[in-house]
Amino acid sequence: MILAVDPLLVDGVDLTVALIVLLKAGLAFVFLLVSVMLVIWFERKLLSDMQNRIGPDVAGPWGILQTLADGIKLFFKEDLLPTNADRVVFRLAPYLSIVPAFVAFAIVPVGGDFRDGAGGVVSMFGRSTLLQVADPPVGVLFFLALSSVAVYGVMLAGWSSGSKYPLLGSVRASAQMISYEAALSLAIATVFLTSGSLSTNEIVIGQVAANWNILATGLVPFLIFLIAGTAELNRPPFDLVEAEQELVGGFHTEYSSIRFAMFYLAEFMNMITMSAIAVTLFLGGPAGPVLYEPVAWLWPTLWFFLKVVAFLFTFVWLRATLPRFRYDQLMDLGWKVLIPAALGWFLLIATLDIARDSGWPILPVVLIGVLVLWAGAALLAGAVAKARADRRDEADDLFGGYGEPSPTGGAGGDDRSRRT
Amino acid sequence: MEPAVFIVSAVVVLSGALGVLLARNPVHAALFLVQTLFGVAVLFVLLNATFLAAVQVVVYAGAIVILFLFVIMLLGVDRADDLGIEPIAGQRPLAVVTGASLLGLTLVVMLVAVDGSTGVRAANAALGDAADNTRRLGEALFTDMVYAVELTAILLTVAVVGAVALARRLKGPLQPIPVEAVAAVPADEGAPDLPASQDPSPEGRSPDDTASGDPA
Repeated sequence: MILAVDPLLVDGVDLTVALIVLLKAGLAFVFLLVSVMLVIWFERKLLSDMQNRIGPDVAGPWGILQTLADGIKLFFKEDLLPTNADRVVFRLAPYLSIVPAFVAFAIVPVGGDFRDGAGGVVSMFGRSTLLQVADPPVGVLFFLALSSVAVYGVMLAGWSSGSKYPLLGSVRASAQMISYEAALSLAIATVFLTSGSLSTNEIVIGQVAANWNILATGLVPFLIFLIAGTAELNRPPFDLVEAEQELVGGFHTEYSSIRFAMFYLAEFMNMITMSAIAVTLFLGGPAGPVLYEPVAWLWPTLWFFLKVVAFLFTFVWLRATLPRFRYDQLMDLGWKVLIPAALGWFLLIATLDIARDSGWPILPVVLIGVLVLWAGAALLAGAVAKARADRRDEADDLFGGYGEPSPTGGAGGDDRSRRT
Repeated sequence: MEPAVFIVSAVVVLSGALGVLLARNPVHAALFLVQTLFGVAVLFVLLNATFLAAVQVVVYAGAIVILFLFVIMLLGVDRADDLGIEPIAGQRPLAVVTGASLLGLTLVVMLVAVDGSTGVRAANAALGDAADNTRRLGEALFTDMVYAVELTAILLTVAVVGAVALARRLKGPLQPIPVEAVAAVPADEGAPDLPASQDPSPEGRSPDDTASGDPA
């Protein structure tokens, strides 16, 4: 079965084992709910600090209970069902959004003893186990599969609302998520190459002793992962999905009450999971030094949380700093920059691996690799420039030089400069 | 536990397949297809083929059905279809005959050659040294079957280049598309590039004729 890697399940399943598994799943569930509450407060408070505002400060100390108050309010609001809506799908969509958000966290190792080859195993009720709900051998692929399922929630929510703005928002969202998933997967593939495994536990074990993948893969995949992850989460500066000025609320415009709350929860849960996955893949997960021996069990979890909070801070920071992308810029960045860069870097790392295995001299290999990549980039840039020039000429022919109102062109500025 | 999981996922798979056939609304049919694909993924997990299960979800549920949905939504055929219209004459009786003969053929093969074609032998065979499913699959793909993989890659590249070439707009001032071309292309692909002022059908075809194109 899929869980066989966890030492807990090797000797067969009895009552204690089943209870431990249930306990871990329940803890993960509660942890996610509570941390979503705190993260929403964290984001609002931090954002208001960055914008010289006070932010929520009434409910509880420092307004920390604001999310709870909002949640209770949402719960008691009227649940509307638009007349044009497709009833079944409209009700189904929030669940399709929130279930993958919950389940994806299952593969994240949140703690465990990674010293001296202990492999992240801890002892719980006399059984040894890993501090993650499940460690499937295809762990990170499982995460990718769930994030591709999450597209359904967004897409169907927009379609089933039976109204224009949600439909446009959902088409944007699904196009964006599908495009950036490619770059995300390619960035993750580089990690697979250096770690030699898909299991999250083994990826963390490979990074013990501060041998983090962020350095082993040469920083570029990490940056691509961060950018593509932000786009995958539909967060600013990639939040065209719910660009208020253009689309009202995007795909969840027609949702209210608890169904809206589910989308909201899913959004923040995905943010936490994306941060946790980034920590696992690139920053060594919970592995870290134990500074005070009597509470040795606490340190890995503490390191993990510190790293995750650093990522959450970055996401909020990006939101407070950067203006929103235009749609054609978004697509250009995804398809013409991130995917080729991720692919090229993946090939470079693979070449280096082969060179190391075959004992080739490293320096010439690096030089040739970089040269080939540079040539590829030049070819791509040439092709893009040529296509742009062609489009411009064509637009001149067609509309007498007034530029082409192209949704995907990305040549808006250049068109204007040629208008004489 | 295995029989229980098998029965549940078999019910999921079969009910999804029935739903694809019986749902009137194309979007609902696509969702039932997702249900079937998920059930099959669970069956893969049951067979210890975890990599295949993950790829099944990523590729089929995450990409292909999403594309189906895109096409359905963008073409605006997301209403219940009128089953009274038969686009190709005699298609339905022919479909029944073809389906029945395929089913018969499959049954005969399965019943005659019991463990040859059902995959029992392969499923029961020892995994060999490396227990890691993914590693073995990767080794097989990139050593024994490397030519097949490369050929598939070339095929896909050709398909992408072909799609780009077909979608490319020709140079020069925009011409009305000849009537033969409109008839040959499944109508909806040719039409959207034209600005509203250009009538794609000089012969006065009504919009209804072009709207009932094949969504595939």
